[in-house]
Amino acid sequence: MRDVSIVGLGQIAVGEQWDKSLRVMGAEAVLASLRDAGLERPEALYVGNMLSGQVSRQENLGALIADHAGLRGIEAVKVEGACASGAAALRLAYIAVAGGVHDIVAACGVEKMTDALSEETTAALVSAADAIYEGEHGLSFVALNALLMRRYMHEYGYQRQDFAGFAINAHKNAVSNPYAMFRRVISAEAFARAKMIADPVSLLDSSAIADGAAAVVLAPTEYARAHGLKAVRVVGSAIATDAVALHDRNDLLFLQAAHLSAQRAYAQAGLGPQDVDFFELHDAFTIMSALSLEAAGFAERGQGVRLAMENEISLQGRIPICTMGGLKARGHPVGASGLYQVVEAAEQLRGEAGANQLQGCRVGMTQSIGGSGALVVTHLLERVNC
Amino acid sequence: MGLASCWRTSKQRLSLIGEICPHCGAKLFPPRDVCPQCAGLARTPFAFSGRGAVYSFSVMYAAPVGYEDYVPYVVALVKLDEGPLLTAQLTDVTLDEVHIGMQVEMVTRKIREEGEDGLILYNYKFRPVLQAVTA
Repeated sequence: MRDVSIVGLGQIAVGEQWDKSLRVMGAEAVLASLRDAGLERPEALYVGNMLSGQVSRQENLGALIADHAGLRGIEAVKVEGACASGAAALRLAYIAVAGGVHDIVAACGVEKMTDALSEETTAALVSAADAIYEGEHGLSFVALNALLMRRYMHEYGYQRQDFAGFAINAHKNAVSNPYAMFRRVISAEAFARAKMIADPVSLLDSSAIADGAAAVVLAPTEYARAHGLKAVRVVGSAIATDAVALHDRNDLLFLQAAHLSAQRAYAQAGLGPQDVDFFELHDAFTIMSALSLEAAGFAERGQGVRLAMENEISLQGRIPICTMGGLKARGHPVGASGLYQVVEAAEQLRGEAGANQLQGCRVGMTQSIGGSGALVVTHLLERVNC
Repeated sequence: MGLASCWRTSKQRLSLIGEICPHCGAKLFPPRDVCPQCAGLARTPFAFSGRGAVYSFSVMYAAPVGYEDYVPYVVALVKLDEGPLLTAQLTDVTLDEVHIGMQVEMVTRKIREEGEDGLILYNYKFRPVLQAVTA
């Protein structure tokens, strides 16, 4: 097993990209990452995406994005893991390089969500859940998270407003991220007044529909050193799964797959939560932030919300999260988000995070969740001192 | 839900037929062939009573395509008396009546229609248990 590093980063602004189609966005991110690495042609490209079939009537994205990026002929394939598709693409790219199959591999996440009406996109997102036993009953993805949030509030005695810190922190950090969708702060009052989508989940608890694309290039760390490339080491990489439907989980309020994938990544890296300097977690909904912090070992069961209430999640806090805006404010183009998290974590570790730079950070964790916790991808990244 | 899927799931949608695992006795809904508790093969049908209690719920104000006519509607996790949780809409209930722990029973209700000439889709929903009133 070879040591692997990220040697190139690329991303486009998250938002309503009316001028750019799926293939244009994907190719743009891939080419930006290759340019950043100073490399021309990867041997393989893994394209993470969830909705291209349903929203754009387009599959075969491995071939499509490779060709559009001028890489016709390389190995390429679409990788799907619901909202964790981008991170899952990275996982496969990592395996290819670590396993010695390829030297230079690109992983990209791309999502076009705005080409359909929002109620159509909402319906498409339900394919991350159990289509027959959850989707058919008229649930939206928001509703699934609402069921979790209500039960969590009931069991641990929290109010809706206790979750405000997650949204406020994300928005605050996005102000300085030029690629973020929502670059304005929100107040506690705005959170309290926010419109209900599926109660208790409001507009400000939820990430929004958006388009985006992000990509990284991987190479063996030895190669990066030999060629003087900027490297961020991938020291932990793991995927774990759980029951797709919420009602089939063994323990509803514990993200078992997030816990397992974090444990596997920690074990591979020889690290624990105490070594992690910041956590790009999957804040698609405020309840997911709380549950992710608990599953990954940063808070006891039922205490994840306290980290937001006590502002320990800020850039100055004990465990900074969503340092560039997170899914909530940077945006959540679902299949791409997993790679935005990795690009942002790599920027932090390279010292390229601008106004949001965490001084002296050494280890960053990224975690992307597919569905309501069914497929979770965790990576641990480490700064390379050159 | 297409016609074939509708036909395949009719026992589950209309009669709450799940499975009982012959190895460990776990009761499973929906049926799944391999027991998630003991990993043994579990294909013995089991008919649930339809009685249960609300475990969690949410009032939906923004519906996915096809369900817009019914907004606002209540979706819930219902804990069946026999043990499993399932997901369903609540019906015959006002929004302010719904609470965690509310005793409910299964009924068969229309979920939606697939256009004017399409399938009318029926499925289980849960209503508060009807209490007989004696004068």
